[in-house]
Amino acid sequence: MTSTALRSRAWKLLEMVTTPLLPSDYLDLVSPLRAGADLRGRIEAVHPETDDAATIVIRPGRGWRGHTAGQYVRIGVDVDGVRLWRAYSLTSPTNRQDGRVTITVKAIPDGKVSNHLVRTAKPGTLIQLDQPTGDFVLPQVKPAKVLYLTAGSGITPVMGMLRDIEFDDAVMVHCAPQPHDVIFRSELHDLVADKKLRLTEVHTDTDGMLDIARLDELVPDWAERETWACGPAGLLDAAEEHWAAHGVRERLHTERFRPGIVVTGDGGEVTFSATGKTVDADGATPLLDIGEEAGVLMPSGCRMGICFGCVTPLKAGAVRDLRTGEITEAEPGVLIQTCVSAAAGPCDIER
Amino acid sequence: MTATDPTAHLTAEQIEELGRELDAIRDEVIAGRGEKDAAYIRKVISAQRKLELVSRGVLLFSIFPPAWLIGTAGLSVAKIMDNMEIGHNILHGQWDWMRDPKIHSTTWEWDHVSPSEQWKHSHNELHHTYTNVIGKDNDLGYGIMRVDEDQRWHPFHLGQPLWNFLNACFFEYGIAAYDLELGRNLSKRRRKNPEFRARAKAVGRKIRKQVLKDYVIHPLLSGPSFLPTLAATFTANLVRNIWTHSVIMCGHFPEGVQVFERRSIKGETRGQWYLRQMMGSANISGSKAMHFMTGNLSHQIEHHLFPDLPSNRYAEVAVKVRALFDKYELEYVTGPLPKQVFSAWHKVFRLSLPNKKPKVKTPDRERELVAA
Repeated sequence: MTSTALRSRAWKLLEMVTTPLLPSDYLDLVSPLRAGADLRGRIEAVHPETDDAATIVIRPGRGWRGHTAGQYVRIGVDVDGVRLWRAYSLTSPTNRQDGRVTITVKAIPDGKVSNHLVRTAKPGTLIQLDQPTGDFVLPQVKPAKVLYLTAGSGITPVMGMLRDIEFDDAVMVHCAPQPHDVIFRSELHDLVADKKLRLTEVHTDTDGMLDIARLDELVPDWAERETWACGPAGLLDAAEEHWAAHGVRERLHTERFRPGIVVTGDGGEVTFSATGKTVDADGATPLLDIGEEAGVLMPSGCRMGICFGCVTPLKAGAVRDLRTGEITEAEPGVLIQTCVSAAAGPCDIER
Repeated sequence: MTATDPTAHLTAEQIEELGRELDAIRDEVIAGRGEKDAAYIRKVISAQRKLELVSRGVLLFSIFPPAWLIGTAGLSVAKIMDNMEIGHNILHGQWDWMRDPKIHSTTWEWDHVSPSEQWKHSHNELHHTYTNVIGKDNDLGYGIMRVDEDQRWHPFHLGQPLWNFLNACFFEYGIAAYDLELGRNLSKRRRKNPEFRARAKAVGRKIRKQVLKDYVIHPLLSGPSFLPTLAATFTANLVRNIWTHSVIMCGHFPEGVQVFERRSIKGETRGQWYLRQMMGSANISGSKAMHFMTGNLSHQIEHHLFPDLPSNRYAEVAVKVRALFDKYELEYVTGPLPKQVFSAWHKVFRLSLPNKKPKVKTPDRERELVAA
């Protein structure tokens, strides 16, 4: 018998010992970061960067496959007891000796997760992790000249790149309201002092928003450079237009943090993605009724919100709890009770 | 059924006002749910797992009487915790709001021979929606007992104290059979129904796994302690079964609890639904430890009003609910465990014998509830 077969036999026996739980349910009590466990990480430190940004040092579990500079990771954090998932760029170099990784988070107004991470997260806390992902990365072959065009927290994936690989000729144009808002400012200035980077800071409170046409003056050879841009949608839209207008669109790589914004309203178009049906729903009719009327096979139970027999994944959009008025937005793993939820804007129900 | 309706003094407006006041209590708890509650359930789950591990470990040496005693006691408590404060409440969706897929009504499986999925249907959906409605809520007597004077007596009922005792000892199997609606489904035609067969198969699988674990694998692992460990797990299951049966009997059987006719729930409003839950349930009074070991089903009234609120909140909710009972002059049926268990058993014995029709003609409950 091969060792794999033997191991799987042993595991089967262990499952018989622990049924109806799994051996991992017990192992998680003592070793949540072990190989083979669901991927998690432990927050080991929180370092403030600016007034509203902090770097979180995370020790990932043994299953972590490592990242490429510029990639992001989705993390699941419990805020007020509720698990919320967000994506953040990795800011640590890929060869960090101690195996830790970092994300750098800027607290956005009313941002539940970002404020929690910057202001209240404590070392020792376990968080959930996905494997790193994203194609906002450097190419295999080093380009001769690069330009980093960033604004606000858009600097985070680029910082991951800067810390990872050195280029002969690297220029950065970074926008932030004021000097003290520039995340990683002293480290950037160290790079400048070592002649590893040429940096232009645009302070939008005093200089105004960056006019993309000013690049000609700030970085005269911008069109010859391989460019990585990350920041608010306005900046990226302008950059894409500008690069396209000059026929060098392929030299521009962009990363957008918030691709979809959920529109909440009263009723909306409901998609039942598993059956491929789409119907209009008002803001007062339970989605269970909407689905049944459309001929979708909906699980149901008490029809009054008590039995949880109708819970169904909400893939996109938002719904309103008809009892409390509470809005629930789609996130991975979010299930809703269709008998007491109505459409609050367009939404996608996995049925 | 009592000759007079204990809710007859309430007007329709009062009943709806009562409903609004209960909704407000619910909303307040929901708005306040947070990190503390999440930490509570995680702590309970972790404690249960550790207790079970340690107890099973001790039982490996159960050939020594002190080890047998400690291990059996620990395992009994661990099994009670699994079924009551953890399993029952998670399967009600009480912790779904945490969005933790490992502590969720759709993924949880418990140490019980009835698979979670089936239990959720018969318990959450049928029992909680149709609480104490004769003919709709089969928890009333589990289909094997007569629980109301108005139900027709049959010589079969003479044996109901015995059925109830056997049901208590093997309660988890009773529940599994009940969730399967075994009695109704044993007819030749129904037996062949593919949906029933699939569910019966699932129960079979679950029983096999549970029995294998408790009565084969763990005793085998104990080596020379094989027989004592076997006896220990049997005892722990027995203790757990009798305990849960007792607690659950106290929820709806004690004297003073009302039952309802099928017709009475037609067109029921939210207020009337709440009122039925209030009159159809009974509490157990006692210490914090007592509430914990019953999975907070000692707060059965509050649980029936708000089955999806986290169980650790029922104690604080109970104070407000009780104030509403007083305000609306309704009887809040509660008492210490021995008294409630005695009361429930007394009823089982009493109704095993035929009784005269109540002298006062029972008023038509439907008319009363609707006119009230």
